[in-house]
Amino acid sequence: MNKVKISAKNIDVFYGDKQALFDVSMDMYEKEVTALIGPSGCGKSTFLRCINRMNDVIDICSVKGNVSIDGHDIYDKSIRVESLRENVGMVFQKPNPFPKSIYENIAYGPRIHGMANSKTDIDEIVENSLQKAALFDEVKDRLHQPGTGLSGGQQQRLCIARAISVNPEIILMDEPCSALDPIATAKIEELMNELKKEFTIIIVTHSMQQAARVSTKTGFFHLGKLIEVDSTETIFSNPGNQKTQDYITGRFG
Amino acid sequence: MGLFLILLILTIGAFGFFIGRLKAIKLRSASQKKITSLNHYYGYYIAIFAIVPSLLVFLAITAFQGYIVEVYVLSDFIDLNPNLLASDKNLLLAQIINTSEGIKLFDEISPLITDAVDKYIYIEELIDTLTYVIVLSVAGLLSLFAYVKIKSNLDSRKFVESFLLILFFTCSLVAIMTTVGIIFSLLYETLKFFSQVPITDFLFGLNWSPQRVFVRDSGDLDTRDLQNAFGALPLFAGTFLIAFIAMCVAIPVGLMTAIYLAEYASPNLRDWAKPIIEILAGIPTVVYGFFAALTVAPIVRDLGQNAGFTVSSESALAAGFVMGIMIIPFVSSLSDDVINSVPQSLREGSYAMGATKSETIRKVLLPAALPGIVGSFLLAVSRAIGETMIVVMAAGLAAKLTANPFDAATTITTQIVVILIGDQEFDSPKTQAAFALGLTLFIVTLLLNFIALQVVKKYTERYD
Ligand SMILES: Nc1ncnc2c1ncn2[C@@H]1O[C@H](COP(=O)(O)OP(=O)(O)OP(=O)(O)O)[C@@H](O)[C@H]1O
Ligand SMILES: [Mg+2]
Repeated sequence: MNKVKISAKNIDVFYGDKQALFDVSMDMYEKEVTALIGPSGCGKSTFLRCINRMNDVIDICSVKGNVSIDGHDIYDKSIRVESLRENVGMVFQKPNPFPKSIYENIAYGPRIHGMANSKTDIDEIVENSLQKAALFDEVKDRLHQPGTGLSGGQQQRLCIARAISVNPEIILMDEPCSALDPIATAKIEELMNELKKEFTIIIVTHSMQQAARVSTKTGFFHLGKLIEVDSTETIFSNPGNQKTQDYITGRFG
Repeated sequence: MGLFLILLILTIGAFGFFIGRLKAIKLRSASQKKITSLNHYYGYYIAIFAIVPSLLVFLAITAFQGYIVEVYVLSDFIDLNPNLLASDKNLLLAQIINTSEGIKLFDEISPLITDAVDKYIYIEELIDTLTYVIVLSVAGLLSLFAYVKIKSNLDSRKFVESFLLILFFTCSLVAIMTTVGIIFSLLYETLKFFSQVPITDFLFGLNWSPQRVFVRDSGDLDTRDLQNAFGALPLFAGTFLIAFIAMCVAIPVGLMTAIYLAEYASPNLRDWAKPIIEILAGIPTVVYGFFAALTVAPIVRDLGQNAGFTVSSESALAAGFVMGIMIIPFVSSLSDDVINSVPQSLREGSYAMGATKSETIRKVLLPAALPGIVGSFLLAVSRAIGETMIVVMAAGLAAKLTANPFDAATTITTQIVVILIGDQEFDSPKTQAAFALGLTLFIVTLLLNFIALQVVKKYTERYD
């Protein structure tokens, strides 16, 4: 069994006075895909955004509890949020390439983190990231054209390439396929199978099939609480909780 | 007398309104048939017939009155001298009118004038009486006509609807026609000017001294004199210099203000800070003008002198600086809006890559918002170029070609003011030069505004 990479303990999240997560504790393992499922508004995104502290961006949001990566508390004062996010990449629900060229989109992270000194270094990172995101062949002739000119599926893979350009250990994906058609979705799922050899992946998804196809572990959220987390197989064949059973068989949610 | 007549017309209209409504009420109770419109629409029906045509007739008569009077009163003079100049006609007419009102400018009044005065008094009275008769009968007859036409099947509601349509259309036409009219009069006078002064001399000439062109009859003008007096290049340079100084102040301050408001300020702070900054644009420019002339210019002079420069008491720097302050809100307000409208997802994308706030602003937000920001710059420039009051008061009048911001400089707008202050001969090249300057200014600002709007539009299309 892989070792624990991310460990969340007793997480409470508040948006102003409204509590969105209640005492969530969950371990996520290295080089595995962990899926988070649950009905809309149950707090999946909120939980995901605790792991790279994206909730800090929202003024009214406050997080209590403890999240650690490799045993280090990421909410500790000594942690620089920029280096945390360098290590924990994120892919969003809607593809959000910067209004720059494909090349510049990927060079963005390495440049701000000073990871490359020469043009050849950056060229190499760009090519590598695009290769890993299975996009290189499609765009190699148009690297200097705007990233916003790609198709939705290509844009999402561009965002994945952008996320892995800074060599993170963890990639968070918030419904990365919800804006894509089945073929583009299949490509991204295939890609995830490839990426999990190298990265720890946490994915939020509304598709049971997707969760079943790509993940090793699955956590089920309901009304801000983590109801159950187990191996994907167990969750889908023999869940321990009636609510989980109801949700995956489509009786509510 | 005009006012009284208009009041009379309106009274007839009001009277017509009540009569019309009364008739509709009667019709309604008398007949079993349904009446198409509400009662008051029949009132408006008569009122419109009573007021609108009679007012138009009144306006038409008034418009031609002056011409008729002139032709009639001056007929004897024109018989004597068919080539009477327009200016002489005006002079004569003024003398006649003055005399008729008992003002004597000359001791001796020629019999021709005395005759003309009698004719003047006669024709004025005649036209007045005729106007009353015609206008009032138009109003009365048409009201009657409308009253007779009111029947149960008359769709007065539709009539009022169409009337309002025409009214609104005419009003919108006023603005459009005014613009067209201004452009044409600018063009016309400018062409006249360029027939006397070659356009190349105007655009590229280095010497601007229209004061030297004093001769009244254009026939007496020395052409060499003309050519040397209207070189507008120093004015263009001065305008450019001052606008440049203004932009040097407004762009950095405005842009940084915008960034602060859009990205750093709390929503609360933004809510009250933004309107306060926008007030800057609402302060009357004359206030900025004396602020520039009385406060800033002396400071600039003292500072410059302490630093070892020769600074004139009216300097381009002072005017440009104050103008820059004035146009800060043009830059900050629009830039703030465009930065704000960059989608939140781009910010999050950048933060998620581990970028800091200022890196996100520099590398993602500003490039994304750039077209809109450039648009705001262009709008600010066109405002700076068109600004008059500040430069008139603080930048000086000397038209010399200079790039030294401590020097006095003059601008297109300032010189237009200088040329047109006081009594002017309308036909002289000096006055026409003002039109040529005005047209130049108009074209430049129009172009800038057009480009700015295109740029802003292109930007807004991208994120919809
Ligand atoms: N920025 C915010 N401000 C206030 N409340 C928020 C904010 N973001 C989320 N919430 C609230 O927190 C709760 C959890 O939201 P969250 O986005 O985590 O749900 P989710 O499980 O991701 O839903 P979905 O599947 O629809 O994306 C919801 O009730 C939501 O209304
Ligand atoms: Mg969500």
